[in-house]
Amino acid sequence: MALGTSPASSAIDIAGGAPPLTSTPDAFVASRGFWGNVLAKLLRDPVAMTAACLILAIVAIALLSPWITPMDPYRGSMVRRLKPVGDATYILGSDELGRDMLSRLMLGGRLSLFIGVTPVILAFLLGSSIGILAGYVGGWLNTVLMRTVDVFFAFPSVLLAIALSGALGAGVFNSIVSLTCVFTPQIARVAESVTTQIRSRDYVDAARLSGASTLTILRAQVLGNVLGPIFVYSTSLISVSMILASGLSFLGLGVKPPEPEWGLMLNTLRTAIYVNPMVAALPGLAIFIVSISFNLFSDGLRSAMEVKS
Amino acid sequence: MSTPIASSPLSPRDRGGPGQPLLTVEGLVKHFPVKKGIGGKKAVVRAVDGVDFDIKKGETLGVVGESGCGKSSTARLIMGLTQHDKGEMLFDGERIGSRALPLREFRAQAQMVFQDSYSSLNPRMTIEGSIAFGPRVHGVPKRQAIERARSLLARVGLEPARFAARYPHELSGGQRQRVNIARALALEPRLVVLDEAVSALDKSVEAQVLNLLMDLKQEFDLTYLFISHDLNVVRFICDRVAVMYLGQVVEIGPADTVLADPAHPYTKALLSSMPSMDPDNRTTVAPLAGDPPNPIDPPPGCRFNPRCSLVEDVCRSQVPPLAPVDPVHRVACLARQPGSGHSAAPALSVAA
Repeated sequence: MALGTSPASSAIDIAGGAPPLTSTPDAFVASRGFWGNVLAKLLRDPVAMTAACLILAIVAIALLSPWITPMDPYRGSMVRRLKPVGDATYILGSDELGRDMLSRLMLGGRLSLFIGVTPVILAFLLGSSIGILAGYVGGWLNTVLMRTVDVFFAFPSVLLAIALSGALGAGVFNSIVSLTCVFTPQIARVAESVTTQIRSRDYVDAARLSGASTLTILRAQVLGNVLGPIFVYSTSLISVSMILASGLSFLGLGVKPPEPEWGLMLNTLRTAIYVNPMVAALPGLAIFIVSISFNLFSDGLRSAMEVKS
Repeated sequence: MSTPIASSPLSPRDRGGPGQPLLTVEGLVKHFPVKKGIGGKKAVVRAVDGVDFDIKKGETLGVVGESGCGKSSTARLIMGLTQHDKGEMLFDGERIGSRALPLREFRAQAQMVFQDSYSSLNPRMTIEGSIAFGPRVHGVPKRQAIERARSLLARVGLEPARFAARYPHELSGGQRQRVNIARALALEPRLVVLDEAVSALDKSVEAQVLNLLMDLKQEFDLTYLFISHDLNVVRFICDRVAVMYLGQVVEIGPADTVLADPAHPYTKALLSSMPSMDPDNRTTVAPLAGDPPNPIDPPPGCRFNPRCSLVEDVCRSQVPPLAPVDPVHRVACLARQPGSGHSAAPALSVAA
């Protein structure tokens, strides 16, 4: 409640008539700025912090995996296939080719996170540029850009991703391209509506009256107010992106074996679901944990960014 | 604060001398297109439909009227926030947007304070940042701009040490409106358009802000265009009043005359719709029945004729011009116009 203390202290200030005492905390509260307040609120949100810690831990493990995997994730053994979870050698069991599941999950996180997060970042840059431009300029440019964007909404996102990946051919790069195409219209749509809203605020008019150029107004007055909501929406897309990326790999359109990737692992292990369901479910569990962490974190971020009026 | 602003009538920015109106608006027209149904014919909302007035240097011109009569649209047209369709606007003798007075240069001399004190401040900017934004855009170095912002904050009654680094949501409505006023003054304008600037404030704060506005006007040699629907406020602050109805000025003259002895039946109705402080002096009959007519399809003749108590046949066919009833007081009513054919009209005087 750092924001709440500021009016309270000023009320005391007036009543008590002791400005030197209260001006210091006042200045402190004010100097933290908007993002400082967001961070302070996030730090006090246990759910968002847990989610953030989980994400950080998983990212760290994935990045360090080449050096910390307990076994060679590529070496299989025909005699030790589909060991159950809790096996003496294979802590999380082994897959259908007898490779260590724990090592493969650790290493697989790299690709899964990469092809899950990269399209969202690219779509964030592309989509917010399109949306902010369309929203701020308005008129015929808005119509042209947004109707073009609408064309992409005619397809369900899974179908669009599969169609684009199929047309471009399998591979990590192509699946990133197709996922970027899936998310750009969605982010552009959000960016456009937020920008349209902000553009009608009086402070944008006041900035126009001060003689500022369109670029200056966009940079100083609009951007800071629209990027927040777009960013929050984009973080919520990361989970969708990871699931779609895994889906593409599952269909053989993304990562190719023997490269470990959670979606692909889910695919190859599905034949083992009657033999060893626990092991077969592990990649799905990993996808679930990461995507729900991103969702919870973006929820926390959204509530932390709410400015009270 | 007295150094940068020369407050003598011989200010170097004063081109035409004290006799020349600061702003002259002639035949200002803005129609907003609307579509009527699918494939229907295109209609227009006549938001501003031929507005004429002028503002003298150093005066406060009040603009009053019901909601939707085009008061705020007129303000936005003057400031160039909306493009006007027809008409001329002269600022100190120069046409706004001409080569002699480009829009950007005009805007450095004319600023606006909006009604919604919250929406007119960027929530992500400190208030000193908001005030300093205009000067920064005009090339004032950052430190000087911040210094100017702080001295303006002090001038509008907000202690810079406590308020400068705050964000809009940490301020009350009255404090925010003070910030907006400081922001408008940061570019040292000559004309300030106050669009319902005090309407959203509660009464005690409103009075403080009005007093502040009157002091600032003296100190910075300002001219105000004061838009309001509150006749008491207008009576308090304005030198002259323009009454608008459906996108047109129907009466304009000195505040004392217009508000004490109104010539237009609409102004009379507006005045009698004000609640009285005396319980014995109750309003028993609704002074104005019904809503204003649709501005898409205004009635022929005088626009006020469907609601007017003096209506006669001539009012439905003839458009009343904004004609003088005395040298400083003009009214658009056939009943006050000699030779109009209205039974209440005064006789044509030969000497005129």
